[in-house]
Amino acid sequence: MIAEAGLAALWLAAALALLQLVLAGLGLWMSRTSVRPELVEGSSFSSSVEQKNGASTSSARTGGGGSALTEEKAATAAQLIAGVRPVAIVQGLLAALSFVLLILLFIRSDMSVVLVAQNSHSAKPLMYKIAGAWGNHEGSMLLWVTVLAIAGGAIAIIERRLNEATLVATMAAQAAIALGFYAFLLIASNPFARLNPAAPEGAGLNPLLQDPGLAFHPPTLYFGYVGLSVAFSFAVGALVMRDVGPAFARAMRPWVLGAWIFLTIGITAGSYWAYYELGWGGWWFWDPVENASLMPWLAATALLHSVTVLATRDGLRSWTIMLAVVAFSMSMIGTFLVRSGILTSVHAFAVDPSRGSFILALLILYIGGALVLFGWRIGSVKQGSTFELVSREGGLIFNNLLLSVILGIVLIGTLYPIVAQAMGTQLSVGPPFFNKTTAPIALLLMLGMAVGPMIRWRRDEGKELIGRMTAPIGVALAGLVAVFVIAPDTAILPLLGLGFAFGLAVASVAPLWKRNLRRTPLFTYGMVVAHLGVAVSVAGMASEAAFTQEKLVAVRVGQVTEVGPYSVVLEGIRPAIGPNWSALEGRLRVQRGEATPFTMRPQSRFFSAPPTVTSEAAIETVFDGQLYTVLGQPDGEGRWQLRLWWKPFVTLIWLGGMLIGLGGLLSLIGRVVRERRIPIRMAAA
Amino acid sequence: MKKLLLWVPLLVFAGLVALAVHGLYRPNDPTIRSALVGKPLPALTLEPMLPGKPGLALGENPGGAPRLVNVFASWCVPCIAEAPQLMRLKQAGVAIDAIAIRDTGPAIARFLAEHGDPYRRIGDDPRSAVQLALGSSGVPETFVIDAQGRIAMQHIGAITEGDVPRILAALEAAR
Repeated sequence: MIAEAGLAALWLAAALALLQLVLAGLGLWMSRTSVRPELVEGSSFSSSVEQKNGASTSSARTGGGGSALTEEKAATAAQLIAGVRPVAIVQGLLAALSFVLLILLFIRSDMSVVLVAQNSHSAKPLMYKIAGAWGNHEGSMLLWVTVLAIAGGAIAIIERRLNEATLVATMAAQAAIALGFYAFLLIASNPFARLNPAAPEGAGLNPLLQDPGLAFHPPTLYFGYVGLSVAFSFAVGALVMRDVGPAFARAMRPWVLGAWIFLTIGITAGSYWAYYELGWGGWWFWDPVENASLMPWLAATALLHSVTVLATRDGLRSWTIMLAVVAFSMSMIGTFLVRSGILTSVHAFAVDPSRGSFILALLILYIGGALVLFGWRIGSVKQGSTFELVSREGGLIFNNLLLSVILGIVLIGTLYPIVAQAMGTQLSVGPPFFNKTTAPIALLLMLGMAVGPMIRWRRDEGKELIGRMTAPIGVALAGLVAVFVIAPDTAILPLLGLGFAFGLAVASVAPLWKRNLRRTPLFTYGMVVAHLGVAVSVAGMASEAAFTQEKLVAVRVGQVTEVGPYSVVLEGIRPAIGPNWSALEGRLRVQRGEATPFTMRPQSRFFSAPPTVTSEAAIETVFDGQLYTVLGQPDGEGRWQLRLWWKPFVTLIWLGGMLIGLGGLLSLIGRVVRERRIPIRMAAA
Repeated sequence: MKKLLLWVPLLVFAGLVALAVHGLYRPNDPTIRSALVGKPLPALTLEPMLPGKPGLALGENPGGAPRLVNVFASWCVPCIAEAPQLMRLKQAGVAIDAIAIRDTGPAIARFLAEHGDPYRRIGDDPRSAVQLALGSSGVPETFVIDAQGRIAMQHIGAITEGDVPRILAALEAAR
């Protein structure tokens, strides 16, 4: 019964999405045809509709009942529009209900449901049973559409600042997106399909995915992706109503910020998960699936900065709209690439061309549609303010350009294997390409990040600016020299990375210098923390790249190995047992200098359902880095393979990521608090 | 000019879609190609598998003409299916060298007695070391080697009747 109820909720939600779209569309259309032409501002589309309608209206007017008819129409339109919000809210609730029911099926290990039988197992720990609900194609698509629908409901509840017509157009766009994904679920990948007869036992969940990191990593990313769908809908709404301006930017900004925070946290957590779970000691591999989450983040980062220019100075109108479209397009393209089987990756979902075609069709419909709308409409959106080169706006444009270039490189690098395959050669594009091409631009970007916050809005003086930059430049140079003295054979990019990181750290906190810290707005703190986070992260990346020491050895019990400041002795191997795995566990006695030795226990785990072997790295975190140990295979002659890494300051990578996310959160709170306060003050006045 | 610029994103997207459609509907080819295709064979030497039949020095080519190197094993069922096609190729005058994977002399002798012996030389690869060095991932596999000793083509899986003309053409082209 639960499965049927879930399916029914899904169908109802889909029907409501359709209703929402129809109500909004009809309401907007009727209100446009009923409003008198002089009230419509510079809109060629609606005035041409007016003219078509004008004949009938004026003929009616001669009959004497014209204005009554128009008023009646306007009243109906208002009624239709008033219905959009409640429908959106109920749609969100129904989608959420259907997802909750799916989780319930997984908790109960209901093996009469295909999805549960294929992805779960009764012996699985409860947390992974729940995570199993979204650790597969159908479930993750249901999660996606649920978050989408809830976000739509949230717009309906929260959003009061935006012009009503633009908001309704936005909600129509949101309903249209949701509708496509409902159709995809209901037609191509029903998560509630029954299995008859029921399976006696489930097939399990990929053991690699059986980890708290991965249980929560996809939902976090999805909140980000779907938050960008709201930004996309806002852009479409604004294009339809030709209402692109500071008010629109302020309404869209919290959504972009929210999505960006989730993406930041999701990517950071995903990177740490891959680092400790996959056992290869790397924190970023430029895997297509990783790129699929990085690309929307890059676009969202650019959007976040350009939307600020639009909100503050009414500039970058069409560019901001374009970025909103691109950011969500990147989310969808990422989903498509991961699910269609076009790209091969270590963790791409199952290959399925028919589903791939469906998502491709949605992609064409939404992205293609938005781009057509963009090309057709944006020309008639009035250009916003223009500005000086040396100004905060100028700095933000510099930032946007560099982010876009990096985005372009990642996109090309990700797609190039497909292009090559179309030409008949097989190749893969890996870290050497991405590192070499993106690192120099990332360094430039850091330079921009250091300078940007110190420039004033509107215009600034180059000379004064250089004065303000003295301290960061000095620290950067001192850092470069210090690193060069300590480790003269450091490669050029890590060396520059470290120097820039020192400089950026100082420049990030500079905006707080000589300010009344209590009266400094929260979003300024947010910016400071986020930029500082980038400096911390880059310092970690550069340090890891420059100073990591790796050892791959085959050792007998009792044999001593040195790695970095540590000496490691294999004391013994013994079996270990977990809830649904058994393992061989190496006992390593580790000592740093004269300090007290301690024990590390890397494991080689065996899962029985499905039969898989995974390496469980043991990681020791200390203040200046991590010792990373992996137990490999026995060589049959009494020796065991050990992989040991000493990674100085590697933890800064993720610490920085978390700081970036925290900075976003502070900004979000700051913005919401301030923008809530203004209307209240106005009402008081 | 500026008007046209606004449509550039759509054009880029159309390109992406074309690419995606191509990727989606291309015939799915999960085979693992050797990285050595187009490159010279490594100069590896294999011990003879059978008394009375020479072993294999991969770098050497006694006939001087293009030839086949067939990776096979007596325990491999598709190799039985492939055997008649190899006999046909032999009758067409093709020189065929073999690498026997993880096998024993008596088993190979029985296999050849039963299914025919198309081979000029058979090398013993008891641990699949040479097979892996060639970038081959299973049995049977067949490499077309040109007159200069480069790998001209890699055929993965059993050679069927339909494959024979293609292999002959590749041998002809490799002269």
